[in-house]
Amino acid sequence: MRTDRHDATDPDDADRQTSPHARSWSHDLFDALRAADVRHVSYVPDAGHADLIARCLDDHDVVATVLTTEEEGIAISAGAWLGGMRSAVLMQSSGVGNCINMLSLPVQTRSPLLMIVTMRGEWGEFNPWQVPMGRATEATLTAIGVRVLRVDDESGVVPAVTQAATMAYEADQQVAILLGQRLLGAKTW
Amino acid sequence: MVTAPLEPSDGLDRRVVVSSLLADRGDTLVVTGLGSSTYDVHAAGDDDANYYLWGAMGAAALVGFGLAIGQPGRRVLVITGDGEQLMALGSLATIAVAAPSNLDIVVLDNERYGETGMQTSHTGHGLDLASVAAACGFPSTGVVRRLDELERLDVEIRSANSGPSLHVVKILPVDHPRSMPSRDAVFVKNRFRAQLGLAPN
Repeated sequence: MRTDRHDATDPDDADRQTSPHARSWSHDLFDALRAADVRHVSYVPDAGHADLIARCLDDHDVVATVLTTEEEGIAISAGAWLGGMRSAVLMQSSGVGNCINMLSLPVQTRSPLLMIVTMRGEWGEFNPWQVPMGRATEATLTAIGVRVLRVDDESGVVPAVTQAATMAYEADQQVAILLGQRLLGAKTW
Repeated sequence: MVTAPLEPSDGLDRRVVVSSLLADRGDTLVVTGLGSSTYDVHAAGDDDANYYLWGAMGAAALVGFGLAIGQPGRRVLVITGDGEQLMALGSLATIAVAAPSNLDIVVLDNERYGETGMQTSHTGHGLDLASVAAACGFPSTGVVRRLDELERLDVEIRSANSGPSLHVVKILPVDHPRSMPSRDAVFVKNRFRAQLGLAPN
């Protein structure tokens, strides 16, 4: 874990640092996913999701798949649903741009999709390279028909995940929850 | 590894290959990549356990992978083309790491983009997808060029789960009449789920 800018010699590495604290909202988020019978998650490693990813990897009832790029998770989720399993995709806002064409799969097949996106580039952001995709995240998702829900405070996380899971898995909707950078806290360098 | 470019006489007929792969398929679940692979599987006989892609290029192996996770007791066979698989080269890394033993991928490789005018693909420039899969960690990979090799592949994909596997089958760059399944994505999804006993929402 790197919290000191002088230690962050590799910007890519530093950008994916482990989050400094176990946060209660991420544990509540995991419990909400399990309550919705989500049994598969795919993810590209991300600091904002680090605690949630660790919980998924520790739970033997959840299959966790590490991806090379985020759109893989969109296709895996559609395949898992074909087989009767509920899957969720975890990513950072920068990964949303990678997903755009693959999103035609759940949109056109009307398959459930639950994306949980940690935002960068919008609140106390140190790295300007995160800003363009952070600005484009919501527009990208809505352009292809994914429903977007923003959460900016801790108390909103569980209700958002619970109702989004219902809309996705019960009503065949494609839903993305954007966890605002204000909730996550600006990245510490 | 660089291989010699495919000669027109070098390779198998894609419809013969797919019919052979799907003969006596039992309860195998099949996912097809967009374009000619979808037409080939449909031409071999429509089946409720076929999931046809008409878009989302690069999705075939990954949809098959997700299905293999959701149905761990069933064999999943992905039939796709070289261009479709090349679009998701990273998926081979993801699948190899996850190592689903019930997933087999067959790449019908004419070394061309058949749907768009037979432009040369990366495999036509020497890229070997079976070697890529092996380097990623697939326990079973190979290249099939002859009928006797195809027969061995038919046996392997029916044998005990030893996957994930990826086999490249070199096929002739010849167009066949299109045999088109429904393009209604919701219908095809619900039909597929229904044969697994899963109700539509």
